Amino acid sequence: MDTSRSYLEPSSFSKKIAAAIIIVYTVITLIPISWMVMTSFKNVDSAISYPPEVLFEPSLEGYVNLFTNRSRQSPEYLDSLPPPENWYEELVRSREMVITGPSKFLGRYSNSMIIGFGSTFASVFLGALAAYAFSRFRVPLKDDLLFFILSTRMFPPIAVAVPIFIMYRKIGLGDTHLGMIILYTVVNLSLAVWLLKGFMDEIPKEYEEAAMIDGYSRLQAFFKVVLPQAMTGIAATAIFCMIFSWNEYAFAVLLTQFNAQTAPPFIPTIIGEGGLDWPAIGAGTTLFLLPVMIFTIILRKHLLRGITFGAVRK
Amino acid sequence: MKVKKKFKGLSDKAVGWLFIGPSVLLLLAINIYPLVYAIKMSFTNFYANKIGRVPEFVGLKNYIKVLNKEAIWEKMQVTASFMFWTLLLQAIIGLGLALLLNRKFKGNELLTTLIVLPMMLSPAVVGVFWTYLYNPQVGLFNYVVNFFYDFGSFDMIGSSMLAPWSIVIVDTWMWTPFTMLICLAGLRSVPNYLYEAAEVDRANKWQQFIYITLPSVLPFLLLALLFRGIENFKMFDMVVELTSGGPGSATELASINLKREAFEKWKTGYSSAFAVILFVTIFGFGNVYVKVMNKIKER
Repeated sequence: MDTSRSYLEPSSFSKKIAAAIIIVYTVITLIPISWMVMTSFKNVDSAISYPPEVLFEPSLEGYVNLFTNRSRQSPEYLDSLPPPENWYEELVRSREMVITGPSKFLGRYSNSMIIGFGSTFASVFLGALAAYAFSRFRVPLKDDLLFFILSTRMFPPIAVAVPIFIMYRKIGLGDTHLGMIILYTVVNLSLAVWLLKGFMDEIPKEYEEAAMIDGYSRLQAFFKVVLPQAMTGIAATAIFCMIFSWNEYAFAVLLTQFNAQTAPPFIPTIIGEGGLDWPAIGAGTTLFLLPVMIFTIILRKHLLRGITFGAVRK
Repeated sequence: MKVKKKFKGLSDKAVGWLFIGPSVLLLLAINIYPLVYAIKMSFTNFYANKIGRVPEFVGLKNYIKVLNKEAIWEKMQVTASFMFWTLLLQAIIGLGLALLLNRKFKGNELLTTLIVLPMMLSPAVVGVFWTYLYNPQVGLFNYVVNFFYDFGSFDMIGSSMLAPWSIVIVDTWMWTPFTMLICLAGLRSVPNYLYEAAEVDRANKWQQFIYITLPSVLPFLLLALLFRGIENFKMFDMVVELTSGGPGSATELASINLKREAFEKWKTGYSSAFAVILFVTIFGFGNVYVKVMNKIKER
């Protein structure tokens, strides 16, 4: 009898079976994402060929189409033009089109960046302050306040979208970056407070008490002792807030149109000739999802905490 | 001897209010005020697109209209069946994956991170690219299904029989990792001595699973389903981009219907009443669920 291993350790055979099933699941679950990335490197024809092409000649047409507006021209007109100056112009000409200007994608992408970073900074800053107070002080009605903060997350966004729409129209915040930053800050605040409270609870009180005995005020102790200690938690929280703002769609599609529209409502509207331009949508999707995938890998140790508002810790 | 410490600067009480105040004020202004405003509008015949027209107080008329409308109950049914199937599938597959991952084979950290990727993506963008996968002429999904069994041409999004399943599949693909991660945390929280004691008592693996593993994971699984339940009750983005509620109203979830009434027909008063009803429902169910969950945890 094999006595060297404990009762609890699964047998190596069962481990192999488990690993095999998990690997198969992982491969299947990643196919849709990989397919989108592959599509971004196809040309328009190979994206709509059937059966779907797994092996194809890579092309940057999707990315060119994503960043440009084009118009179809007659062959005579194209012949009359000077030769194309660069590779992407050549690519577009080969489709009997000319580039008429940059597309809106870059603007939408940078809107996502501005609104994402702005709201993340604000919600983490405000969240850290509130979390510290909840973690350290005897606050009247503490549990009720914390629950109130959490419950704001339960509102269906559409339910509050109408009043916010009217309110924003009145005070001139409709379709502005500032309006969206404020809105996302508020939505993320509950997550920030709950997560950061958990992280702050884990920092021993003694550190700041020692600092205060040395003559720091409470505020100084918070900024110079507690905040640096909570840096990992703050970073993890910030990434979660960033991902939320980055991915948010309902408010963005209802409250923005031209000026402050972010990428999620824009990507579905990328249209080529005769229907959706799949390589371009693939390209937009790839560029849009890339930061989130990187963030997820950075975050993997804190994922559980983040998705459960700190209710489950490892 | 205890000496009352006196530190310089603001008192703790002042710092406390200073730190919590801004967050609470902001939540009141951007979250509670709109909600109160919505409740107020729900008693009027207000149309947000008719500027200058003074809304009249209509009492409970909007609420009665919503509750008596057959279409609303259809939407609620669509929402309920969407929630039932997604939660069921995510509970089973998520728990299954967690049990497998808990075997701690080599590389399971890396695989966990890869499996989790779909749920971090933007639901709206996910919805868009699944329309491509489901495309009846060129879609990869249709090709793969036909590769295993030749159904001929079928349209996941265009057929009112298949469309509800198309959103269930995408939601399950996207969110199964969520239940998986939380169940995994539950499995890791089971102390080893329970299994050791069970071995001593000659309990077989199946008995150990039923009497030790399952009861320990259950509270975690229920928590995961609570989060998913709330999210899927509010579901909007992914489904709007995937099926936009169609065909007809086969996948028109409550939120999508609400959006149509509020932002396309601009029936602000009526849609506010509907929003309030949805909110009360989610809050009521949530509270009951939490109570039940806590009872199970206590056992």
